[in-house]
Amino acid sequence: MLQKSSSIERHTIAVLVDNEAGVLARVVGLFSGRGYNIESLTVAETDHAARTSRITVVTSGTRQVIEQIEAQLGRLVSVHRVVNWTIAKPGIEREMALVKVSGHGEKRTEAMRIAEIFRARVVDTTLASFVFEITGPPDKLDTFIDLMRPLGLLDMSRTGVAAIARGEGAM
Amino acid sequence: MYAETARTRPQEPASAGALILSGAKIVIRALKEQGVTHIFGYPGGAVLPIYDALFESEGIIHVLCRHEQGAAHAAEGYARSTGKAGVVLVTSGPGATNAVTGLTDALMDSIPVVMLSGQVASHLIGTDAFQECDTVGITRPCTKHNWLVKDVNLLARTIHQAFQIATSGRPGPVVVDIPKDVQVKTGTYESKESARHPGIRPKLEPELVSIVRAVEMMAAAKKPVFYTGGGIINAGPEASRHLRELVKLTGFPVTSTLMGLGAISATDPQWLGMLGMHGTFEANHAMHDCDLMVCIGARFDDRVTGRIDAFSPHSRKIHIDIDASQINKIVRVDLAIVADAARALKEMLHFWKTQNHAVDADALAQWWNQIETWRGRRCLEFRSSATQIKPQLAIDRLYAATRGRDLYITTEVGQHQMWAAQRFGIDGPNRWMTSGGLGTMGYGLPAAIGVQAAHPEALVIDIAGEASVQMTIQEMSTAVQYNLPIKIFILNNEWMGMVRQWQQLLHGERYSQSYSAALPDFVKLAEAYGCVGLRCTSPDELDDKIAQMLAVDAPVLFDCRVDPKENVYPMIPSGAAHNEMILSGADEDAPTIDEDGKMLV
Repeated sequence: MLQKSSSIERHTIAVLVDNEAGVLARVVGLFSGRGYNIESLTVAETDHAARTSRITVVTSGTRQVIEQIEAQLGRLVSVHRVVNWTIAKPGIEREMALVKVSGHGEKRTEAMRIAEIFRARVVDTTLASFVFEITGPPDKLDTFIDLMRPLGLLDMSRTGVAAIARGEGAM
Repeated sequence: MYAETARTRPQEPASAGALILSGAKIVIRALKEQGVTHIFGYPGGAVLPIYDALFESEGIIHVLCRHEQGAAHAAEGYARSTGKAGVVLVTSGPGATNAVTGLTDALMDSIPVVMLSGQVASHLIGTDAFQECDTVGITRPCTKHNWLVKDVNLLARTIHQAFQIATSGRPGPVVVDIPKDVQVKTGTYESKESARHPGIRPKLEPELVSIVRAVEMMAAAKKPVFYTGGGIINAGPEASRHLRELVKLTGFPVTSTLMGLGAISATDPQWLGMLGMHGTFEANHAMHDCDLMVCIGARFDDRVTGRIDAFSPHSRKIHIDIDASQINKIVRVDLAIVADAARALKEMLHFWKTQNHAVDADALAQWWNQIETWRGRRCLEFRSSATQIKPQLAIDRLYAATRGRDLYITTEVGQHQMWAAQRFGIDGPNRWMTSGGLGTMGYGLPAAIGVQAAHPEALVIDIAGEASVQMTIQEMSTAVQYNLPIKIFILNNEWMGMVRQWQQLLHGERYSQSYSAALPDFVKLAEAYGCVGLRCTSPDELDDKIAQMLAVDAPVLFDCRVDPKENVYPMIPSGAAHNEMILSGADEDAPTIDEDGKMLV
């Protein structure tokens, strides 16, 4: 019997797919068609010779739903492998964000000071604005963005999570 | 992203001895190499070059259907009755969109179907050209896989892989969309062997340690039941043979899903009948009270389980399925075996025998006693009438009149389908074609055409309802054209019976839009199509009329006028458990359907 009480968990799943027309639509369509969540998604070709791409999906659901997501992904003909970095192997997750902050005087100085603490880089500046580039686990980015809000946060763009296993093993 | 048709390109394009053909001829040659003898299709602008190649080729029979949905269901019927892939050929745009219902039906019921569709020329794709639609986009969620072929050199490879994918593992439909210019250009033909998709390696063999564990659990069981589904049919006749042997060897009771009917003979005393919403009292109670459930090739569908938190609460469960995604999808099981049903059953037989397992005979005898008590409720009995044909009687008489014949049954969807499933004993695998997962009204008539095309000498009967059959009635013309003597046995109750039944039970007898008004005269309609129409209005002429129908070597529309008020019982009302069945309209202990139940389908 499926436990009803299961709590919602957040998982990062890597999917190795053929780099062919429509493959992203297959994966995304599976999520929307079956009512699964996508919190973030990144995709790019990772092996040009083998014509494979890696999709990293951050999703949330009960443990049963997460198992279903992995199994359903595994059924797609274009999918070579599915690895759940949250369960299968200890993984490292990184995300990059570009964060635009505008302000003068004290706020501007404070934004710069916090950026240093977070090791964010300034990649564009005017007399009234900065664009910070920050990399790290998603929660670090969340924290940084929250701190920037009262200091004049104007705009941001996040890449979504890329993940890889610790240690020597490959996916 | 790169647009790549097949996973890897042919290693040597156009070497010296290479066979260079037009795309259209490549299609025909690939179909022939795949052993295709029948295509169900409909021509149109974007697929004309393929039809032209078909015109001059021999060895493939093209069955011209009257609507692409009909072609898709005919291919399903062909596939389900032969175990081979059914092939559909349609044009772009409406040709493809009309077939979508059939593709979805095949996906839900795991039927191997290969659909080839024409597409507008490559340079017109994306321009809203005449009869253009995004076929791969539209069919992506209703196929196992699909392709848009942009390079004629990849066409043969793609078609071969399409067959491989449609028929391997858990079968399903695939679509190959071929732009018109690709059909006309010339390219290299590639043979089936070199074109195999390297990534398609379904796990067929069970882990033996799990099989050993399964037979141990079976030997320890006191109240076991086999719960078997369409996966047994899809695994081939061998799977049915193994199942029958295992059932006999263990003495366990066995029940089947709608899709699994025929895997075990309906005359087998150990068979409890179908289970689920309109399953038998004994099958559902056995499922509820068992201490070990052995599920083989079934997927715990909501029609089967009833209320999930009350589903078989005291049992350990073994689930054997070729599709890993079915494991723990609805019901968490104690032992999961991902394997082909035939191979898993074979190993179970082997270990049961070689490890000298024996059942707990006393416990099993007690369990059978209990089952016989449930059987004693005679849940399929109905109140007969001297004046009105009860639909159950019509099924019973049809069954009696066709015993011993080389027989295939198809159905539409609704009350008649459930009565047929309950009462028309199917004796072998691949003999029962019905739309289970999708519940497609209009499936049965074209499916019967596909079955009859594959088995010209057999008796093929579509047990139909007057509402369903009108959804694809135009295919009578196909049956006449190809001399396919299908028998359309319409239980005509003048209502969308299942809708009416639910409105009666759940919606206070407010019969909104469920009356089949302005029905055609089916006898005249049959005559208009150039086949035979028969009408039967009273119980005492039923046998004679059925005999007349069976004596005709032509398609027949049989208008059997039945009691319009009859409901399908027994029934697990929506939102109820297996042991909360309504046995009949007069069942005073029947549970009422609450508001939560109303929300369920």
